[in-house]
Amino acid sequence: METAIPKTSFKDKTNKVLGINPQDALISKLYMSVSFIALLIGGILGLVQGLNRAGLLELPSWLNYYQVLTAHGLLLVLVFTAFFTIGYFYAALSHTLGGLLPVVRKMAWVGFSLKIVGFVLAVVPIIMNEASVMYTFYPPMAAHPAFYIGLALIVVGVWVCAFGAFIQVANWRKNNKGQHVPILAYFATAVFILLFFGSVPVAIEVLVMIIPWSIGWVETINVMVARTLFWAFGHTLVNIWYLTAVSAWYVVVPKIMGGRRWSDVLTRVVIIGLVVMNITGGFHHQIVDPAINEVVKYMHVFMSLAIGFPSLMTAFALFAVFERTARRKGGKGLIGWWKKMPWGDVRFLAPFIAMVAFIPAGAGGIAQSTNQLDGVVHNTMWIVGHFHLTLGMSVAMTFFGISYWLVPYISKRVLTPAMNRLGVIQTILWTVGMIFMSGAMHWVGLLGSPRRTSYTTYGDHATALSWDPYLTFLAVGGTLLIIAVILQVYAVFNMMFFAPKGDTEFPIAEEEDNATKTPYWTERWGIWIVVMLIVVAMAYVIPLTDMIVNAPPGSPPFKTW
Amino acid sequence: MKMHLDEKIWLTLSFGMIMAFMLFTGYQAVALEMGPPSHMETIDPQKVDQTAPFDNPGIKQIGENEYEVVMTLQVFSFNPSNFEIPAGATVHFILTSKDVVHGFEVAGTNINTMVMPGQIQKITQKFDKPGNYLVLCNEYCGAGHQVMSTTFTVK
Repeated sequence: METAIPKTSFKDKTNKVLGINPQDALISKLYMSVSFIALLIGGILGLVQGLNRAGLLELPSWLNYYQVLTAHGLLLVLVFTAFFTIGYFYAALSHTLGGLLPVVRKMAWVGFSLKIVGFVLAVVPIIMNEASVMYTFYPPMAAHPAFYIGLALIVVGVWVCAFGAFIQVANWRKNNKGQHVPILAYFATAVFILLFFGSVPVAIEVLVMIIPWSIGWVETINVMVARTLFWAFGHTLVNIWYLTAVSAWYVVVPKIMGGRRWSDVLTRVVIIGLVVMNITGGFHHQIVDPAINEVVKYMHVFMSLAIGFPSLMTAFALFAVFERTARRKGGKGLIGWWKKMPWGDVRFLAPFIAMVAFIPAGAGGIAQSTNQLDGVVHNTMWIVGHFHLTLGMSVAMTFFGISYWLVPYISKRVLTPAMNRLGVIQTILWTVGMIFMSGAMHWVGLLGSPRRTSYTTYGDHATALSWDPYLTFLAVGGTLLIIAVILQVYAVFNMMFFAPKGDTEFPIAEEEDNATKTPYWTERWGIWIVVMLIVVAMAYVIPLTDMIVNAPPGSPPFKTW
Repeated sequence: MKMHLDEKIWLTLSFGMIMAFMLFTGYQAVALEMGPPSHMETIDPQKVDQTAPFDNPGIKQIGENEYEVVMTLQVFSFNPSNFEIPAGATVHFILTSKDVVHGFEVAGTNINTMVMPGQIQKITQKFDKPGNYLVLCNEYCGAGHQVMSTTFTVK
């Protein structure tokens, strides 16, 4: 039974009375708005693609499939997720560390402006069909320089927000010496550390290599080095969104179902593990590349799979919380306790399904990091299926679940039963849509259907024609998903501006009463960053040196679209 | 850190599973020589046509039922295209790109690799099953990416 010891500090009291500071709330509201508008546009573009790929929709001559694909990728992978993460963690920092410092608030605004300017600079060339290079922008395909300058500004904007978060946390630590940073602020620290260090390689790629080359100051580019720097960033980025979702799984979901947090020590160890091991995981995108020898590739199997371990720990911890909480509420038997979970509450249902989706999604990740298995699925639709299962299900759906309390919280409104019901319907639609779409993608990918390709039958080749039925399932899934997207975006803006006024709690679960005391070494981020840099050096110094020393003559820019 | 028995069991299983994946991968790569295509040789991407063996792309018999296919990839085609090989032949594909990054996939087989400008890539496969095989580019390479394909016949 619940025997909570009331531990109400002054800060908690003021939070209860005043709620979030209106200036902090405005920042989060703005970030959420951009995020969900990006979801809507990106989602519509996704549907257009899905229908075209299945051969059900012919695009008008002024709209290129690859233009749509580039915009879809940028909007969802960069804008939707990044803006959500920053809006969510800035609200969490404000809530758990007693309001944002004025300088941090200013940095959030500066970061926001840089990102928006960068985004516009990147989007204009895409719309003009001057940058149909995908969000991976592999050289020697060369887009308009404005596209890269825009991307660089987005990265700088993210850095400003990351440093804002560091200043906020450092200030709290100075005023609360010897204490542990509250858990959500701890998650935020980890995420911003990864955002900063993970984007350093891509910043080098874009600023030092691509921009001078696309403008024409230098003639050629080292293709392998650029690609390797990209993936040091690319995979870290998706794992950052995953870590953001995990923060809600560990901290928020237990509170929503009326339980306690699982071991604080384990949580912090998992976070440190994910930070230290993450950046090197990107290398598995290059398993079938030339110019990297087999020994290095095999070392990277270790480095990629290592990330699986903290995730497997997470899986245990979360289901342990579910079982414990459900049994406390009187759930019995091996299966019976499942009935005691709050299935009708969208704030629980959405992140729960997201976690379940991570079981096949994570298994797919392990398959892909393993040399020979990757050879089978590399660059096929299977990868796209995996991507939609991880980012589209595990991450996006957790974000959706968060929105049903975070948006009311920052807007000083409440989640009504009607909106909750809409959320449940939205969650089910999204789930069914993803099962269809991602399932079809995985299957057709195993049969060899390539990714990032517009509608084609390869001259009516029998093999290609045999893929068509699966692609129809893909389109059906995509159609359900767009309905879910529209409901979700409607819900967010309704909760932001029209829901009844009232106070909504920022749900943070307490630790168990008899929890082990967390050792203070978990707070030594300086050490963990050094360890992370050593791991990154182990992973990248040898192959990058080799690619530079034994470089072929470089490549000039090509515009192939 | 105090741990529950179930948690210890789970962690042991998790750790064991990941180690098993690693060991199998290592065994396949080292003992069975099934490592991923990782050729290290370079070439000037702007002089592919003048550089051997790519100055003369095509199929060449190099042993008893063993063939070499020297192939260049460029937007949006494979050269040579539509060739024939006898059933049971072992084929060594030697590939490079004359422009951007391409993919080289033979649908329904384990041939799947990246072909980068400036790099020579090699991949080998034995073809026992007769039929018409679809070769396609699986790395986005431009506006005509979806037409970049060819076939070959195993007789």
